[in-house]
Amino acid sequence: MPLLKDGAEIENIWLFLDQDSEAELKPDQAVTLPLARFLEQAESLAGRNAPVGVRLVPEDDPTLLEPFLEWIQLVEVSFPKYTDGRGYSQAQLLRRRHGYQGELRAVGHVLRDQIFYMNRSGFDAYETARADLPSVLEALNEFRDTYQPAADGRVSVFHARHGS
Amino acid sequence: MYRYDEFDARIVKDRVEQFRGQVTRRLSGELLEDEFKPLRLQNGVYLQLHAYMLRVAIPYGQLNGAKLRRLAEVSTKYDRGYGHFTTRQNIQYNWVALKDIPDALNDLAEVEMHAIQTSGNCIRNVTSDHFAGAAADEVMDPRPWCEIIRQWSTFHPEFAFLPRKFKFAVTAAAHDRAAIAVHDIGLRIVKRGEDVGFEVYAGGGQGRTPLLAALVNDFVPEAELLDYVEAIMRVYNRYGRRDNKYKARIKILVQELGPEEFTRQVEAEYAAQRRHEKIDLPQAEIDRIHAYFAPPAYDAEDGTEAFEAAKAAEPDFAQWAEVNLHPHKQAGHASVTVSLKPIGGAAGDATDRQMALVADLAERYAYDDIRVSHAQNLVLPHVPVKHLYAIWQALDAAGLATPNESLITDLIVCPGLDYCNLANARSIPIGQAVQEVFADPKYQREIGRLHINISGCINACGHHHVGHIGILGVDRKGEEFYQISLGGRADEKAAIGAIAGPALKGEDVPGAVKRIVDTYMALRTSPDELFIDTLERAGAEPFKEALYAAA
Repeated sequence: MPLLKDGAEIENIWLFLDQDSEAELKPDQAVTLPLARFLEQAESLAGRNAPVGVRLVPEDDPTLLEPFLEWIQLVEVSFPKYTDGRGYSQAQLLRRRHGYQGELRAVGHVLRDQIFYMNRSGFDAYETARADLPSVLEALNEFRDTYQPAADGRVSVFHARHGS
Repeated sequence: MYRYDEFDARIVKDRVEQFRGQVTRRLSGELLEDEFKPLRLQNGVYLQLHAYMLRVAIPYGQLNGAKLRRLAEVSTKYDRGYGHFTTRQNIQYNWVALKDIPDALNDLAEVEMHAIQTSGNCIRNVTSDHFAGAAADEVMDPRPWCEIIRQWSTFHPEFAFLPRKFKFAVTAAAHDRAAIAVHDIGLRIVKRGEDVGFEVYAGGGQGRTPLLAALVNDFVPEAELLDYVEAIMRVYNRYGRRDNKYKARIKILVQELGPEEFTRQVEAEYAAQRRHEKIDLPQAEIDRIHAYFAPPAYDAEDGTEAFEAAKAAEPDFAQWAEVNLHPHKQAGHASVTVSLKPIGGAAGDATDRQMALVADLAERYAYDDIRVSHAQNLVLPHVPVKHLYAIWQALDAAGLATPNESLITDLIVCPGLDYCNLANARSIPIGQAVQEVFADPKYQREIGRLHINISGCINACGHHHVGHIGILGVDRKGEEFYQISLGGRADEKAAIGAIAGPALKGEDVPGAVKRIVDTYMALRTSPDELFIDTLERAGAEPFKEALYAAA
């Protein structure tokens, strides 16, 4: 599935291991895990040489990741249905409350017309079969102004009006 | 009235172009209907029984002549020459073509209007007191805060895909005309000394599980309001139910957690929000928005004498003035209700000519200020009494001077099965039939204030739960039936009406309402005891007996 980041389509080097997967990992394989499995194995994962990430489902509490945000390199937030908006709050919390700096990737049912909101909520990568690069770039620029402060750091209209 | 600055104007213009692109992609087949649906809904476009419907936002019911005239023009140009004003203070066009909607939105943007978030599982149009800025009983004008909430909620990136729709209402008066108790968040502006703050209520709503909102905080300082509501929204977005559409409103979350636990979670989130994501609305911005709502330069001329003389000379005018005027905080002024409830009409409907006339009158006589009320009427909030007679004459000639504000024929009625694909039963003809029984204006005034609300289905767009008499259309094996409830009210003593008994056939509803009213007239201690007070004093039993007595 195409992966879009920083204005380009990039290669997806990450492998997702589900809760019960017993696949043998190559030592240099970048891997994402479900939250529960990640929390169980966090200690040993921290010692890996290859990059480690976590995939959240909408029910997950992103606050549980706080102790690990310094070293994990990818958080995937999944949207099983695009109408399920919990991932936007997870993203805002990770970025703004917990200061997560790594890649924040939207996966699942990711549509062109959600990407503006996703970007504002702190996502910087989109795995999507339903939007090509030009349309995503277009979606990101559909609004020149935004009323609220959000995770993207754009100056809100409330503040821009007063030069702050 | 608030006026768009360059930022507001650009946001609305960008939205028009964005939606134009979405419609183009839908018409070309690039977007599937299933994917287009939430996009069109967040722009107020529904697929109804017969056609697309466009719902245009009228934030907190605020209009002026130019806006209302444009609403009239849009109805002429893209629809069938009329519009329907709703209980959300919005207007709906029932017969627009999808391909025309981007152009209609562009026309609306020219007068600083839009259809953003008038539908969908997002924060909807914020509603307020239709006498805001004019009412003698308000502590301050609630509209500046409505406008701040409007801007904050517009395209809020975190709250565009909530479990379900979300409605704010704001009042600043002792007498609640905004029905805050039956909103997802209800706000009452209060003052402690010089400090302005908000009583914050959450979890009210109608629909199939009607609930009154719980008080979650009795004083949120104004500068922190957006942080507080953002905390409520985040708790709801994360923990509101998504497994069942009928249990997805915030009222169910508040009910299932209990108001205490819900409040604890909100307060914890609020504390964290204040540490990390504080919005920090600049005081200069609060002041800037308030400045738009300065009162008009009131006409100082005392027109009382001419007003009294006109009443003495013209009994119909006197009757209208007695019923359709509301006290104004400024001497020599009144607020006028322009009734959209003529006997036998469709509640809340106005033709293009009627809209244009009200626009003209507002510009000519009433400081260019117009409101839509949640009871589906239009309001001229500031009118010098010296102009009342001229206004009445013009309204009367256009069928807009029915003297029935808050009387028994001033019904709230949803579009029902005549238009809506959710409805189980027709609403409009039932409302008309009830009106016919009470058509005599003198009889209506004898009965006094009495709110009848009619919904064509359990979604309760006609607010039947909070009608003094509520009428709900239900489907019984393909036949339309109507359930009567008693004792609801939407004001500061808000209550959910109780179902009186078995549902009735449509043809039996007017007679049943008549028997309820007859019972009230017989029981009331004096003409000053309103229907709802008699009902609360005497209990529902005598009314139920009369209701189900053999005709």
